Amino acid sequence: MSDDLAPWVPRLRRYARALAGNRDDADDLVQDTLERAWSRAGLWRNVVDMRAWLFAIMHNLHVDALRRGRLAVVAFDEDAADAVAPPPQAARAAMLDLQGALDRLAPEQREVLLLVALEDMAYADIARTLGIPLGTVMSRLSRGRERLRLLLDGTPSAPGGDAVRLKVVK
Amino acid sequence: MTSAAPPPPSPPAGIPVTEAELHAYADRQLTPERAAEVAAWLAHRPDEAARVRAWEDHKRELRALFDPVLDEVVPPALQRASRRPAPWSGRPALAAAAALLLVLAAGGGGWALRGAHDAPQLAAAPRASDFAARAAIAHTVYAPEVKRPVEVDGAHEEQLVTWLSRRLGAPMRAPHLQSLGYALEGGRLLPGERGPVAQFMYRDEAGHRLTLYVSNEKTAAAPTAGPGLANADLRPNGDGRADTAFRFASEGPVNVFWWVDGPFRYAITAPADRAALTQVAAEVYRQLAAPQP
Repeated sequence: MSDDLAPWVPRLRRYARALAGNRDDADDLVQDTLERAWSRAGLWRNVVDMRAWLFAIMHNLHVDALRRGRLAVVAFDEDAADAVAPPPQAARAAMLDLQGALDRLAPEQREVLLLVALEDMAYADIARTLGIPLGTVMSRLSRGRERLRLLLDGTPSAPGGDAVRLKVVK
Repeated sequence: MTSAAPPPPSPPAGIPVTEAELHAYADRQLTPERAAEVAAWLAHRPDEAARVRAWEDHKRELRALFDPVLDEVVPPALQRASRRPAPWSGRPALAAAAALLLVLAAGGGGWALRGAHDAPQLAAAPRASDFAARAAIAHTVYAPEVKRPVEVDGAHEEQLVTWLSRRLGAPMRAPHLQSLGYALEGGRLLPGERGPVAQFMYRDEAGHRLTLYVSNEKTAAAPTAGPGLANADLRPNGDGRADTAFRFASEGPVNVFWWVDGPFRYAITAPADRAALTQVAAEVYRQLAAPQP
């Protein structure tokens, strides 16, 4: 790694923008991430996957910010949210746009979904970045995607589908 | 809402497809062989295929929504932050605070040296100046903030005062300094040496900030027995309360005026000269000494 984190900045900004929902909070998050990365520059030579390492820093800072209440969050109960009924047919015209729907995901589902969608990150790398088991990555991805589908398309998930539901181990 | 998928005429894959594999299929994270099996499996299950298609669509839409960020011009602050920082050259406020710490550390060294010759005097004095140093650091950290200089702004003065009074366990007041050209911007709660501290922030027309930093020893987490409080600096007044004369300290880029009044300690910090600070300190002292309205 050279003396420059600039090559990572556009991708960190893209992810932060999607995570924070607005430019100011997102760029603050990126700046904090860069500063923390530099403050730990001594560790870089041990870092195998720089992307996972940087995104992990951002993840931790983001979680801290959420905990402090600095970023606006919709109070969230993962199970309750999954139980949301599909909107009635008549309401579909007023379906949420993508950003609005994203904002309504649980932060932990949003993170997984965005690392997959924006970064094309392998599931195992996501597990490492977020410090969670692979099974949790899959369950968050599954819940996040189904909820997004419900919010955007109004179609409920298909619990009677043929795919074998994995037992979720948290 | 169970969808009655038509039973597949002939299951093409021997191994059942899991939910996780459907996601991995959508995300191109399966081996080519398994991906082909899943594709064949999906060909007979339109409902599942529709789900997978929706996931893929949403993924594409997310990219379309956020990929433009990649092409945005990176703001100067982020360009700076992406380069290796020179020592002490982080954010200006932090750099200034760091510089201040260095100055204070150097000052402490001075004390220690002098203490070698003059031990009795040393006992408590540095402790009291810690208060001024903390006030100066708090000022240096928050005064340059553009977006979040305060937690509660001056438009909500009553709320601010109520909150800080509750947390400091004594009625607080935000002195009015308009006559001296400073408008109240708001305030915040900070961790002090041993408990909560209030910081009120003011701003003059030119945008220079002045802070009033207040602690209440009665809400300190630990009793002040022993060498804790800087008693060497204090003299009991007629009521048996300890207080001090105004003290002045120059802390790097800012000057600090501080004093003790009973359980309260006050510090006024600004990048202003001693005469201007004296004026502010006198006004603050006068207003705080006045009976509560």
